[in-house]
Amino acid sequence: MKNAARRIYIALIFIFMYAPIATLGVLSFNASKSRAKWGGFTVKWYVSLFENEEIMRALWNTLSIALISSLVATVVGTISCIAIQSMKKKGRAIVMGVTNIPMLNADIVTGISLMLLFIVLGIRLGFFTILLSHITFNIPYVILSVMPRMKQLNPSVYEAALDLGASHVQAFFKVIFPDILPGVLSGFLMAFTMSLDDFIITYFTKGPGIDTLSTKIYTEVRKGIKPEMYALSTIIFVVVLVLLFLVNRTPKDKPAK
Amino acid sequence: MNKKMLSLPYLFWCAVFIIIPLCMVVYYGLTDKTGAFTLANIAAIATAEHAKALWFSLLLSFAGTVICLLLAYPLAMILSGMKVSQHSFIVLIFILPMWMNFLLRTMAWETLLEKNGIINTILHFLHLPALNIINTPSAIILGMVYNFLPFMVLPIYNALTKIDNNVVNAARDLGAGSFQTFSRIIFPLSLPGVISGITMVFVPALTTFVISTLLGGSKILLIGNVIEQEFTQTGNWHLGSGLSIVLMIFILINMVLSAVFDKDGEGATL
Repeated sequence: MKNAARRIYIALIFIFMYAPIATLGVLSFNASKSRAKWGGFTVKWYVSLFENEEIMRALWNTLSIALISSLVATVVGTISCIAIQSMKKKGRAIVMGVTNIPMLNADIVTGISLMLLFIVLGIRLGFFTILLSHITFNIPYVILSVMPRMKQLNPSVYEAALDLGASHVQAFFKVIFPDILPGVLSGFLMAFTMSLDDFIITYFTKGPGIDTLSTKIYTEVRKGIKPEMYALSTIIFVVVLVLLFLVNRTPKDKPAK
Repeated sequence: MNKKMLSLPYLFWCAVFIIIPLCMVVYYGLTDKTGAFTLANIAAIATAEHAKALWFSLLLSFAGTVICLLLAYPLAMILSGMKVSQHSFIVLIFILPMWMNFLLRTMAWETLLEKNGIINTILHFLHLPALNIINTPSAIILGMVYNFLPFMVLPIYNALTKIDNNVVNAARDLGAGSFQTFSRIIFPLSLPGVISGITMVFVPALTTFVISTLLGGSKILLIGNVIEQEFTQTGNWHLGSGLSIVLMIFILINMVLSAVFDKDGEGATL
C-alpha cells in the first residue's frame, strides 16, 4: 500500500515534468500551424526545418557557444580548483564566495551587469559577448562539481608521484586527473546544458542581428512560434536522450578502478 | 611552479566579469543621467506601480517556493530510499528536461492550460470542473514550480543520501518512532539541502520576467518585467539599475541566510 502510494507520487511528478515535453513532441507532428488545433499527422516540419536558414544559423550559434564556453569553463574551472585547494582557509572562503555569486545572483542582474560592462568598455554586443558571459556563468558549475572530488584526494599520492620522479604536469595527468575525471565530465555536461538552456543572460548580452535558439523563440512568441522549432527541439531532446542512455550504460560493464 | 599562480587567471576573470559588472550596476543605480549621486532610483521602488510589482513578485515567488518544497521533500525522500544502482541516473532525469528549450517548455504549458486545451479536455471527459488559470497568477506560480522544481529536488536528494544509515538506526534503537526519527534526525541533517534548494528556487522565481510574460498574458507585471522594460524599452539604465539594487538586497538576505545554515557551502552543488 505504502509502496503503491510512493509509485503513484513519483509517476505524477514525472507526468508533471514531462507533459510539456510530450506536448511539444506532439506539436512537431501537427499539420496545423496553430498550437490549439490538431490538423493531422505530418513530418513536413522536420523537412522544412533544414531549409530554414535562420533557424539553422541560430542552432549553429547556440551549439558553438555552448561547446566553446563549456570547454573553456572546464579548463579554467579545473585549474582553478587545484589553485583553490592549495589556498589557505580564508582565501579559499573568499574565492568560493565569489564563485557562488553568479549561481546565487539573479540571472537578470548578471545579464544586466555584463551588458553594462560590455557597453562601457565599448565592446560591440554580439557572438563574442554572449560567449564571454556564458563562460562566466559556466565556471562555477565546473568548480562546484570538481571541488568535492578534489577534496577526496589523498595529497600524499601526488607527493609520492613527485618523489618517484614525475614532473608536476605528469603527476597531475597520471595521478590526480583520472580521479577527478568524473567530476570534470559532469561539470562539463552541466555547463553545456546550462549554456544551451540559457535565455536571460543571452538576451541582455546579445547584440542586434545575432540570435540563439532561445532568443529567436522569444521574439517569435508574439508572432506565433514556427512549428519547425518544435521539430528541432524534439530532435535535440531525442538525440540527447539516446546519447545519455548509451553513456550511462557503458561504465557498468567496466570493472571499477 | 607555484600552485597559487594557477589561480591568477580565474581571479582575474572573477574581477572583470563578476565584481566590476556588479559595481557598475551599483554605480548606475546611485547616479542620475548627469553622473551626480542620487538615491532617487532606489527610492523609485516606493512608487505605487513598482511597489505593487515587487510585492506581487515576492508573493508569487514565496508561494512557488513553498509549493516546490512541499512537492520536492517527499519526492527526495522516496528517491533516496530507492536502491538505484546509479546515483547519477536520478540527477539525469531532472536535468534532462533542460535540453528542451526553457521557453518552449513554458509555452507548452500554455497549450496544456488553454480553455480548450488538453487538461480541460481531460477534465471535461471526467466530468470535472474546468481549470481556467491561464493568464492568471496561478499559471505563473505553476510555471515557477515547473521550471524550478529540479533545483529543489536535487539538493535535498543529495543531502538525504549523505545521511549515514547508522545514525538513523541508532535513533531507532534508542526508541525513537518514525516521526521522531524524521523530525529530530533526518530533517535537521537534510537542512543544508533544503536551504540551498530554497535559495535556488526563490531567487530565479523572484526575478523572472519570462514566465510572467509567457503565462501571465503580459497583464501581470513582476519586478523582473519592470527592470527588463527599463533596459530594453524605456532605456533608463539608471532606474533599471536602482531597482536591480533593491532586488539584490533581497538576494543578499537570502545568501546570508543560506551561508548561516550551510557553512561548508556544500549544499549548493547539484
